Amino acid sequence: MSRTLFDRIWDGHVVRELADGVALLYVDLHLVHEVTSPQAFAGLKREKRSVRRPERTLATVDHNVPTGDRSLPIADAISARQVDALGTNAREFGIELFDLRSPDQGIVHVIGPELGATQPGMLIVCGDSHTSTHGAFGAFALGIGTSEVEHVLATQCIVLNKPRNLEARITGDRAPGVSAKDLILALIGKIGTAGASGHVIEYTGEAIRALSMEERMTVCNMSIEAGARAGMIAPDEITFDYLKGRPRAPAGESWSRNVEQWRTLRTDPGAPYDRSVTLDASKVGPQVTWGTTPGMVADITARVPDPAELPAEGDREAATRALAYMGLVPGTPLEGIPIDRVFLGSCTNARIEDLRAAASVVRGRHVAARVRAMVVPGSQRVKAQAEREGLDRVFRDAGFEWRNAGCSMCLGMNADVLGAGERCAATSNRNFEGRQGRGGRTHLMSPAMAAAAAIEGRLVDVRGW
Amino acid sequence: MCAAGDPMTPFVRHKGKATALPRRDVDTDQIIPKQFLKGVDRTGFGDGLFFDWRADPNFELNRPEARGATILVTGPNFGCGSSREHAVWALAQYGFRAIIAPSFADIFLANCYRNGVLPVRLPAPQVDTLIERAAGDSYEIAVDLEQCVVSDDLGFSARFTADPYGRELLLRGLDEIGRTLLEEPSIAAYERSHA
Repeated sequence: MSRTLFDRIWDGHVVRELADGVALLYVDLHLVHEVTSPQAFAGLKREKRSVRRPERTLATVDHNVPTGDRSLPIADAISARQVDALGTNAREFGIELFDLRSPDQGIVHVIGPELGATQPGMLIVCGDSHTSTHGAFGAFALGIGTSEVEHVLATQCIVLNKPRNLEARITGDRAPGVSAKDLILALIGKIGTAGASGHVIEYTGEAIRALSMEERMTVCNMSIEAGARAGMIAPDEITFDYLKGRPRAPAGESWSRNVEQWRTLRTDPGAPYDRSVTLDASKVGPQVTWGTTPGMVADITARVPDPAELPAEGDREAATRALAYMGLVPGTPLEGIPIDRVFLGSCTNARIEDLRAAASVVRGRHVAARVRAMVVPGSQRVKAQAEREGLDRVFRDAGFEWRNAGCSMCLGMNADVLGAGERCAATSNRNFEGRQGRGGRTHLMSPAMAAAAAIEGRLVDVRGW
Repeated sequence: MCAAGDPMTPFVRHKGKATALPRRDVDTDQIIPKQFLKGVDRTGFGDGLFFDWRADPNFELNRPEARGATILVTGPNFGCGSSREHAVWALAQYGFRAIIAPSFADIFLANCYRNGVLPVRLPAPQVDTLIERAAGDSYEIAVDLEQCVVSDDLGFSARFTADPYGRELLLRGLDEIGRTLLEEPSIAAYERSHA
């Protein structure tokens, strides 16, 4: 029987079928961070349980860490306690930890791939919804809650209802100035924030094949913003080239054996998906969100929509609330909306290619007078690479703050937050009310668009540059 | 004695005061904002529930009629966004035992099943009826997970479909880890065959 990529990975991980459509599945890689794990470790201790496969578990601190001077202790005592708790738990249970002193520390979804720990065909979990990022390698990667984190630590397994399978076929060629971020935002705009609920998305089509690994990660990262359980892309030469030689990737004979097996990870011709959607990449322009969900998004050339013109009552109410929160008036052109802050960072868009794209816009220019802009590299490795390329100078000379790695202002758990009423051009993944700081107003966009907004002090169409 | 929010609190049936939050796409950042995620325990999240929204005196849960509610009736895609289980802990510790909506986000659903909180999916028109009724004072809803029925004293009665595995976790208040550990021979066999 013909199978999809997702069917193949699912079938390969079934330890036991528990009921119709419900299976106990084996987890190849469990990523752990400081915010969603303390209660899980406490549960293990209470029940006197151990971590079944510490060698399949990697931990880092990212959500709650300062991105300023690393030589100083963490100023927030409660944050410090949570970061320390992960250190203690990692030691006690024998789990490898990339802490604040590690040159490999960074956002969990940036370091897994860059270390080569993320590999095709794996089942990967993490107590974080953006675990979908790792699907870019042809892995089944999903976010889980803390009770499930505890379950995976204790059993190396997870119980799941098999999700349905949705093909998102992205055809055509991207126009210049249009990024992977624009493709995924446009797709979410098309299918909605619950458009893929209960499904695993497989991204296919020539526009996907043409993406670099880092661009594929951006696409898969935001699968959750369409409600998907996971997103994935079949591995190919681009995947193998990216992985070869990375510290945790197989080497020598094992490399060739693995690549041979990885080549089988694809959807059979004619294998049935439960649903399919298509998007023509050639018709997508740079995207900017105007509301408080990632699905409230439009082309930069568009205007703030009028809620009264939306067909469904629920949409009208939601859009009215969103515009009131965002302080926007229907009919206002998106291009030209003044901004106060710029955040270049997050597991969506803080890899080296993202920083290069932003730097190429910024080079030789300066951030607008009343704008505060920051670059938060996705990992200390990305930061070091950028510094080798002189990108830190480009950003600093332009007036950007150049910071250490972490989730930072994507969710504002550390000191990097928006003030009430501040409007931010952000490369992150969520524009929910208060996400970046209580009362803060977030517009999601690509790194190049955010960089251009920093220079102009307002939302602009990067294609005009 | 188990309390809602404990992993092993069974849910069989419950009748209680219902309150309405007629909004769609309520995300977990709203349910429990980031500043409450710094704790290392499973307790103390009730005060953070809808923290930013509760600053508004007109917010639905601030109405005097909403006091003491144990059932929340709300819009589609409830619990979207972050995987934070703290959202379910906050709802449970605030006092909610069941949430009725046209749809829920997947990770949020999984978190509910593991914390004794029942998510009930009903078609949007039925949810709208309940939202309308819950706008009044002292409106009660009964939820029976054994029979998979939602009803009220005004004649409303609707069957719902529950995810079988989640239903079992809730009905029996199972220690899921303890149960999976009984599968040790299967897990060890899987590891041997994939070594």
